[in-house]
Amino acid sequence: MTKFIIRRLLGLIPTLIIIITISFFVIRVAPGGPFSDERKISAEVLANLEAKYHLDDPLIKQYGDYLLNVLRFDLGPSFVYKDYDVNYYIGAGLPKSMLIGALAVGGALIFGLGAGIISALRQNSVYDYASMSVAVIGISVPLFVIGPVLMYIFAVKLDWLPVAGWIDTLGWSALVLPVVTLAFPPFAYVARLSRASVLEILRSDYVRTARAKGLSMPMVVLKHVLKGSMLPVVSFLGPALAGTLTGSIVVEQIFRIPGLGRYFVNSAFNRDYTMIMGTVIVYSAILLLMNFIVDVIYGFLDPRISYK
Amino acid sequence: MIKKLMLMLLMAMIAFTAFAAAEEEAEKEEIVFRLNNGTEPESLDPALVSGYPEHQIYMGLFEGLVVADYESLQAAPGVAERWEVSPDGLTYTFYLRKDAAWSDGVAITAQTVKDSWLRFLNPETAAQYTYLMADEAMVAGASAYNSGEAGPEAVQIAALDDHTFQVTLDRSRPFFVDMLSHYAFAIHPLHAIKEFGDAWTRPDNIVVNGPFTLDVWIPQDRIELVPNPSYWDADAVQLDRVILYPIDDQNTALALFLDGQVDWIQDVAPVRLDEMKVHPDHHANAAFITYYYEFNNELEVFQDVRVRQALSMAIDRQELVTRVSRGDQFPAFGITPPLPGVYPAVVGFEEDFDKARELLAEAGYPNGEGFPVMSILYNTSEGHKAIAEYVQQKWNEELGITIEIENQEWGTYLDSRDNQDFAVARGGWGGDYVDPLTFVGLFSENSPFNHGKWMNDEFNRILQEAETMTGAARLARMAEAEEILVAEAGVMPFYYYITRNWIDTDVWGGWAPTIQDFHPLKTIYRK
Repeated sequence: MTKFIIRRLLGLIPTLIIIITISFFVIRVAPGGPFSDERKISAEVLANLEAKYHLDDPLIKQYGDYLLNVLRFDLGPSFVYKDYDVNYYIGAGLPKSMLIGALAVGGALIFGLGAGIISALRQNSVYDYASMSVAVIGISVPLFVIGPVLMYIFAVKLDWLPVAGWIDTLGWSALVLPVVTLAFPPFAYVARLSRASVLEILRSDYVRTARAKGLSMPMVVLKHVLKGSMLPVVSFLGPALAGTLTGSIVVEQIFRIPGLGRYFVNSAFNRDYTMIMGTVIVYSAILLLMNFIVDVIYGFLDPRISYK
Repeated sequence: MIKKLMLMLLMAMIAFTAFAAAEEEAEKEEIVFRLNNGTEPESLDPALVSGYPEHQIYMGLFEGLVVADYESLQAAPGVAERWEVSPDGLTYTFYLRKDAAWSDGVAITAQTVKDSWLRFLNPETAAQYTYLMADEAMVAGASAYNSGEAGPEAVQIAALDDHTFQVTLDRSRPFFVDMLSHYAFAIHPLHAIKEFGDAWTRPDNIVVNGPFTLDVWIPQDRIELVPNPSYWDADAVQLDRVILYPIDDQNTALALFLDGQVDWIQDVAPVRLDEMKVHPDHHANAAFITYYYEFNNELEVFQDVRVRQALSMAIDRQELVTRVSRGDQFPAFGITPPLPGVYPAVVGFEEDFDKARELLAEAGYPNGEGFPVMSILYNTSEGHKAIAEYVQQKWNEELGITIEIENQEWGTYLDSRDNQDFAVARGGWGGDYVDPLTFVGLFSENSPFNHGKWMNDEFNRILQEAETMTGAARLARMAEAEEILVAEAGVMPFYYYITRNWIDTDVWGGWAPTIQDFHPLKTIYRK
């Protein structure tokens, strides 16, 4: 098992390098550059700017230099936001994005599992219909609709929560709306997945055997059903985290959260090469890591999977 | 004894409440003005910025030789107390106030101004907005130095003594002094830049000379400014704190404004416009911005003036602004938005569908037969799309030509337009200074903004002539050039913009709608 973990961890490095390489060249292919503007700058100024950021070096040398800098954890200067470097912006934004992301996925897991299991155990009851209706909303309504609607109801009309902002000025209540919005889609998926798999497992032979030998229903659910029904939920966690990360871009914009998501979007529009690369690296590193963790958890949950 | 104790306790309580109340009052008195600045600034260094939000911050932190009046945006004394211009309109002499100083006490002299302008023009600084000083203001030698053709000594600016600064222009620029409130003519704290390098704009390091100084800067969250006690006109500054939010989501900005958490916003999402137009805090005013289409004159079909004219005539601009763009903009038959009392709107052509059909037939495309397949290029946006679709439909109905529409993401669109890789392209321009030259000059021979390469000798001749003239004669000549431009359909104007602001002017004074939509923070106060 340890061997497997180490091998998989080391395997992340070439994957990351491939991602860096592909994105490095793909952005350069995109038309326009970081300095193209409606107020066109003169050829001389452009040349000076390119020299300043070493864009006049051959592309392959730029790539080599960049890779070396990344290995030293230096993501370079931003081409658009000139007063700080990319490391600073990521350092300032990432913890905030991670906080809302983690709370959203955590909340979605707890409530989604709860709702799913109750719905399955009390199939076709009021609980079932209620939680599955909410889940349908979560799956079908996009975040940029859910967010403003929640904002309108709970912040503007009822005035229970702040409209938009971050905890340093508004306190922890600032987190409620963005986290709830962000948790909607993963909550919906988790609830539906766990409901379906609990239902399936409840009808399986080994559950019937457990019941037959006299175990109480709560015991059966705790000991047998839960473990088995976790598998699809765990395998959904990887994509869920990806979805939460991309979802956070929308949520950060709506709720004015100074996270990483806005840099990700704006830098692509601005052709801010180093900033795009920086955010891509961070996001993909997180995704790779999460998928890796999911793989490891899988091994613990499913006796059929062996990593030897 | 117990009574005494009770009495003392009571007195202590009263004293405490009074003290607490006083403290509360003191806290209440902090006057904070909060605004949405739209987006995160690229930088706070006046040499490195290029946008509108940056200008709003610049006007709070820095002061050039002059400042913009909050109503007229015309020059008012800043670091320069007064100025003189030579009879030929080419040499300006500025007399600096003797108490001008940076927030750290270092004095600002004529030499500081000269060195700042040279830093800005220095090719190594790679400033993006140098064309304003070099090509628009025509500061003599600026272009040569900026392009590396000459050294700094070529630039015709001089510190005659500690408090006298002189600048010479290549051509007469009646609007030159008004331009100087722009960040392209900023005075830079060179001693701080030398000490801190690229990190000089951080809150701990920054040195300013404007009405405010930087207190807090959390990227993508907010910038907080507090009064600069060493500012020469510090008594005039009445706000205790200004908070600028970089909110790019219009719905969020509006929700915050309606919730009373932001005092001033600009623009709302189109779906909320009808409702917000009747809001009591709404202020709409004519802007110095024009929406237009350009034709690619390299294409054979557009080399025929009749084709361009026909296309330009076959649009109902009134219908466009009321039913498509729906923002109450003003239909445009010229390129320069009118400047009341100074420069009336040029009307260079009439909309006439019959005449348009005739012209197109004369050009060899009766009922649009044989008209080449082409597309309208615009940058991705719902608003631009609606207009392109309207034009597509109108040209089809009235002229019988079929045209496609194509949207490109901003950077790609700029690239296509610069490479002349389009047939018809959307354009928009906001004047850099309040003079028709900023618009009419776009289509001159050597202008980098003449993307369709429209050439007309008569136009260029008249424009050049106008540039040697002064006063009303200059403007009249400029209007003649503009008439040729639109009559020959060198550009196809649609409308002049309106800018919208929401701010409660019963509460906030010292704020006024302006033609360039700049609003200096210095004068804003609570009534």
